[in-house]
Amino acid sequence: MSLLLPETGLLFWMLLSFGIVAFILVKFGFPVIINMVESRKTYIDESLLIAKQAYIEMDKVKAAGEAIVDNARREQVQILNEATQTRDLLIKDAKDRAQSEGQKMIDEARKQILIEKEDAIRDIRRQVAELSVDIAERVLREKLEKKGEQMDMINRLLDEINISKS
Amino acid sequence: MRRLHKIVLILVLSVSVMGLKSYANEPAKEGAAAEEVDVKGLILEHLADSYEWHITKVGETDIAVPLPVILHGSTGWHVFMSSAFHGGHEHEGFSIAHEGKYKGKIVEKDAAGNEVRPLDISITKNAASLMFSSALLILIIMFVTRSYKKGVFESKKGFVGFMEMFIMNINDDVIKPCIGKDYRKFAPYLLTVFFFIFLNNLMGLIPIFPGGANVTGNIAITFVLAMCTFVIVQIFGTKEYWKEVFWPDVPLWLKVPIPIMPAIELVGVFTKPFALMIRLFANILAGHSIVLGLTCLVFVTVKLGVTMNTSMSVVSVLFSVFINLVELLVAYIQAYVFTMLSAVFIGLARVEPHHSNKEHK
Repeated sequence: MSLLLPETGLLFWMLLSFGIVAFILVKFGFPVIINMVESRKTYIDESLLIAKQAYIEMDKVKAAGEAIVDNARREQVQILNEATQTRDLLIKDAKDRAQSEGQKMIDEARKQILIEKEDAIRDIRRQVAELSVDIAERVLREKLEKKGEQMDMINRLLDEINISKS
Repeated sequence: MRRLHKIVLILVLSVSVMGLKSYANEPAKEGAAAEEVDVKGLILEHLADSYEWHITKVGETDIAVPLPVILHGSTGWHVFMSSAFHGGHEHEGFSIAHEGKYKGKIVEKDAAGNEVRPLDISITKNAASLMFSSALLILIIMFVTRSYKKGVFESKKGFVGFMEMFIMNINDDVIKPCIGKDYRKFAPYLLTVFFFIFLNNLMGLIPIFPGGANVTGNIAITFVLAMCTFVIVQIFGTKEYWKEVFWPDVPLWLKVPIPIMPAIELVGVFTKPFALMIRLFANILAGHSIVLGLTCLVFVTVKLGVTMNTSMSVVSVLFSVFINLVELLVAYIQAYVFTMLSAVFIGLARVEPHHSNKEHK
C-alpha cells in the first residue's frame, strides 16, 4: 500500500526538479529548436518556390530565345529570297539594257552603213558622170575636128534644146 | 548483425554460468540452513524508495552510496548522511523503522514513545536519480539547442540530427494533431514531459548506478507530472470548456433538479489526470517487477538442485533480456502515451464554441 501513497520528500524534490527542468527547457530549450527547424523548413520551402519560379522564368527566356532564333531564321530566308529576286532582276535588267544598247548600236551601225552606202553611191555616180563627161568630151573632140561637123552639132543641139524648151 | 547475436549469446551464457558458479555451491555449504528467498520482500524493497543507494554486496559489506537525509522533527532541522543509520543505528533521535506503518521510513519517538514521521525531505535514491536524470536532460537538450543558436540553416548530423528528428516527430505527429491550431504554446511543455519521462524510464532500465531507480514507477513522480498537466488544462481551458463541464449540451432534466451530467463531467475533469498518473506509474512498476521477478528465478530455484537451477538460470536470463527489450519499448510508449493524452486533454480544453465550428465547415 505504501507504493500508492506519494512521499512528501519525493513530491517536494520532484516538484523542484521538474519545475527547474521545465522552466529551463520551456524557456531556453525546445522553442529554440522548434523555431529554428520551422524557420529552416519555411526557408527550404521558399527556396524551392523561388527555384521553381526561376525554372519557369528560365523556360520563358528559353522560349523567347527560340522565338528570336526562329524569327531570325525566317528573316534570313526572306532576305535570301529577296536577294535572289533582286539578283535576278538586276541580271534581267542588265540583259535588257545590254540588248537594247546592242540594238541601238546595230541600228546606228546600220544607219551609218546606209549613209556611207549612199555616199559611196553618190561618189560612184559622180565619178561615173565625170567619166562619161570625159568620155563624151573625148568623143566630141574627135568628132568636132572637122568644122562643118562642129556647126552641125551645135545646130542640132540648139534644136534639141529649143524643142525641149518649147 | 551476426556478430551482435554472438556477443549477446556469449554474454547470456557467461552470466548464467557465473550465476551457477556462485549460487550452485551455496546450498552445499549452508545445506538445509539456506534461507527461503523472500521474493516479494526483495521486489517490494527495490520498488520502494530508500535512503541510500545500494549498489551491491561484496561478502558481508554493503556497497552503497550514502545520500543526504534532511529532516524537520520535534527538535528542528537535521541534516546528515544516510550512512549514519548503517547497521540499524539511531542517529540524533531518528531511526529507520523496521516494521509497522512506517516500515523503511525514518521515524522518531514522541513523548509517549510512539513512532511518528518527521517532515522528511531527504534526498532519497529516487530523488537523487531524479536529479541526476534532470541534469542529464537539461544537458542533452541544451547541447542540442546550442548548435541551433548559431542561426545557420544547415541540416544537423549525428546526435543533434537524431534529437531533431525525435523532437520534431513528437512535435509534428503527437502534439500538433492532438492540440490543434495553437499547439505552439504547449509544445515546449509537452516535449519536456515526454523527454523527462522517457529519460527517467530509460535510466530505470539501466541496472547499475546511477540508473536502476524506480523513478517513473513512483506515484509521487507521476502525481506531479499529472498535476502539471491538470493545472495547465484548467488554466488554459476556454469558456466553452467550462460551459461543457457545468452546463453541457444535454436534455434539461439531466442538469436542472439534480445536476447529473455536470457531476459526471466534473468527475471526468479529475479522472483524466488521475488516469495519466496511474497509467505511467503502474506500467513502469510492473516492468520493474517482472524483471526483478525473473531475476529472482535464479535464486528461488537454487533449492531445486543444480540441474534445475542451471536451466532455470538460462531461462531467467533469456527472459530478462526479452523483458528488458520490451521495457525499452514500454519506456518509449509510456512517455508517448503520457504526452499524447496530455496533448489531447489540453486540446479538449481548448474547444471553440460549436456554432463557429459549423460556420467553418
